[in-house]
Amino acid sequence: MAERCAVIGVGQTRHESKRIDVSQVGLVREAALRALEDADLTWKDIDALVIGKAPDLFEGVMMPELFLAEVLGGTGKPMLRVHTAGSVGGSTAIVAASLIEAGVHERVLTVAYEKQSESNAMWALSIRMPFQQALVAGAGGFFAPLIRSYMRRSGAPEDTGIRVALKDRINALKNPYAHLRFPNIDFDQIAESPMLWDPIRYLETCPSSDGACALVLSDQAGARRAPRPAWVHATAMRTEPTQFAGRDQVNPQAGKDCARDLYAKAGISNPRREIDCAEIYVPFSWFEPMWLENLGFAPEGEGWRMTYDGVTALDGDLPVNMSGGVLSSNPIGASGMLRFAEAANQVRGMAGEHQVDGARKALGHAYGGGSQYFSMWIVGDEPR
Amino acid sequence: MSDAPSVKSIITPTRLEYEFRVGGAHAEFLASLAEGKLIGKRCPGCEKVYFPARASCPRCGIAMSESVEVSDRGTVTTFCIVRVPSENIDLKLPYCAANILLDGSDLPLIALLQECEAQDVCIGMRVQAVWKPKSEWGPTFENIRYFRPSGEPDVAAEMLGAWI
Amino acid sequence: MRDVAVVSFAQTPYKRRENTRSEVEMVMSVVAQAIADSGIPKREIGFTCSGSSDYIAGQAFAFVGAVDALGAWPPISESHVEMDGAWALYEAWVKIQCGMADAALAFAFGRSSMGTLPETLTMQLDPYTLAPLGVDAVGMAALQARAALDAGTVTEEAMAEVAVRSRRDAKANPEAQLKGDFEVEKLLAEPYWVSPLRKHDCPPISDGAAAVVIAADDVARRVHRNPAWIRAIDHRIEPHQPGIRNLTRSPSVTLAGQKTHADPAHLDVAELHAPFTHQELILRRALELGDGVRINPSGGALAANPMMVAGLARIGEAARQIWSGGARRALAHATQGHCLQQNLVCILEGN
Repeated sequence: MAERCAVIGVGQTRHESKRIDVSQVGLVREAALRALEDADLTWKDIDALVIGKAPDLFEGVMMPELFLAEVLGGTGKPMLRVHTAGSVGGSTAIVAASLIEAGVHERVLTVAYEKQSESNAMWALSIRMPFQQALVAGAGGFFAPLIRSYMRRSGAPEDTGIRVALKDRINALKNPYAHLRFPNIDFDQIAESPMLWDPIRYLETCPSSDGACALVLSDQAGARRAPRPAWVHATAMRTEPTQFAGRDQVNPQAGKDCARDLYAKAGISNPRREIDCAEIYVPFSWFEPMWLENLGFAPEGEGWRMTYDGVTALDGDLPVNMSGGVLSSNPIGASGMLRFAEAANQVRGMAGEHQVDGARKALGHAYGGGSQYFSMWIVGDEPR
Repeated sequence: MSDAPSVKSIITPTRLEYEFRVGGAHAEFLASLAEGKLIGKRCPGCEKVYFPARASCPRCGIAMSESVEVSDRGTVTTFCIVRVPSENIDLKLPYCAANILLDGSDLPLIALLQECEAQDVCIGMRVQAVWKPKSEWGPTFENIRYFRPSGEPDVAAEMLGAWI
Repeated sequence: MRDVAVVSFAQTPYKRRENTRSEVEMVMSVVAQAIADSGIPKREIGFTCSGSSDYIAGQAFAFVGAVDALGAWPPISESHVEMDGAWALYEAWVKIQCGMADAALAFAFGRSSMGTLPETLTMQLDPYTLAPLGVDAVGMAALQARAALDAGTVTEEAMAEVAVRSRRDAKANPEAQLKGDFEVEKLLAEPYWVSPLRKHDCPPISDGAAAVVIAADDVARRVHRNPAWIRAIDHRIEPHQPGIRNLTRSPSVTLAGQKTHADPAHLDVAELHAPFTHQELILRRALELGDGVRINPSGGALAANPMMVAGLARIGEAARQIWSGGARRALAHATQGHCLQQNLVCILEGN
């Protein structure tokens, strides 16, 4: 690697169902200006733009970055647009980091967003393709059977998912940007919320949000001048096919390989002990224990115990989803980058009320497609 | 400055038409459906059978070879009970969407399971396709209305091995 | 910077309508061929990146299906850009520069014929101020051509000459779609289609896929006797609103040319991604390419313009010129967006 990379600016928008107060232009600028302000830089300090977003049909604009580049100071600069399904926010940050690590640029602004309220995302996802089998269960219908498989394999108590949701929803109350904030949330409210795709309850699912996230990444020289950089220790991406005979969709190999590669690059031999907190992509509550196992924080079939024992609580031994996670805010294209941003803010000591004391090394994680695209990074308060 | 109210949003109706065309493998699959046959393809590399027939083996990344007819009976590997309405899906709630491993295929498909109560569905349940009358068959998946329990004894979970 | 070279290139024959092969089938054929031709075992391809558009495919997440053509098992390190495949190659080049891979695959695909392409590209305009006007891709290009004609930087004769040369050169390209012998006078006698553009000024609509393998240092030297070394690669974007651009010029191409030290005196060939005839003239002027540089021996985008693929194919075609000895130094260019909004320049050099 030619050059070290660090996060020196982080910004995000308020996340809501419909941000009708801003256009897509206003939305991405809200996040980008906050990141620039945080980095104490201006548009002209930026060498290149990397923009990430989930399907273009969600906004009804083909390659919207073409009209957004100029409002993000992009005129005359290189601009890349990444799209790797739900993991895209993470992949976008990784592409941006690669530009620094390759020695191509010194400072890169990366922005990920979604503004589904401007089109009809449910329609975009349910275009009836002729010749193909009709959809039978909508979005959650794909993941609910995987959760059922996990419950059966692990023997996890049935209220595990409720406990995850309760923890994340309490954490979200400490995050001023979070979309869903239920001031008096408790176990019973979640348990009694309607069952949507059995075994997934309403309050165990993510919302659909308008929102954006932005990061300013810098090379070593710029990071040394920044008051609180988050150094990128390692990044990794993995992909496997959506379906094939014998594929383990509950504990996918791509996720395991990605984590193993990540830890090797970061010099981590015992992730459970060496990582101080993790922000992972959990769109349905049960994915917390599933990913804890996939990421090697717990042996297979044991991830639920960490949730159960309070290990993943904000004051636990390995806090998970300190921000309230995807369960609390889900601007799809930006959701992965928000995980990466939270990891960075934790090691910068800038996570506000949901700061983990003494967090020095943090994991950001995103996944997408049929649990087949993974992107991850490890950031630390010092260079590796 | 005019006194006209400020514009908060505009609606731009858009219409794009696409003509979808299938590839070689899928065309064969659709043609056989019109005759009431379920055609899968075997990978010459890993020898697994994929239903519906597809062009490539996703695992090996090579073209499929031999066509293989699979059964319209199979086993539930996992499932979910849907209790929420979805766009474009007009079914009485709740209903069961099941991952079904057809006999002779190595890949489960997600399909509608009817004619049984939600609480009676279980992993390992044997099911069979319910077809439309032959006169209504065409080159489409819709020839199969749904799956229903076949009445055969459940398959023990251990027998399903890696599928669950 | 590591030395990185293009070591193989495969593309489908381009067709107005690909009726018998799906995207997966097209991708499978070019990826398999590019990897086989590279001489690099598949397991040594350390990174894969693709370029495609959901709007071309008419469905969300259309690129996910293409993974089925790769044999991504064990799982692979892979990414996707919603851009022309030239930018997928750029991302792959960056990963090699990071040391994350020594060899990488870039591919792109699109079946534009499934939709109505000019109207689909209307969706690429600013959704608040431009798209509602309903102007299509040919209309946008015609605005640019009119501006260039009025500025006196292009003529209709020069535009027709570009079409004649492109279709003539395409005769030697087995994968080209539109080829043959035409005469400038006869083309100019044809009526306008979208004035001031005549049909010959516009690209064909093309279905197809292409794949390129790039490799670093010793890997490239091991597998190829004359690798097409990427001496420099850079890309730049201009504002989107046509009203704030001087459409007769291409400052982003000029800038990318400067960043890549594209010196016309040292170039033998340029593969320019100019879907419309006047755009080639604008690009040549922006890059100061004179008569000493052979333009588009492949026939260029006027002979086949597969959306999301044509830019990557320019890099592949330029590399072919290096490999065949037809050129020692070649410039490859890719564009996307309306009126040459975003441009990439890549300088290739043989041993």
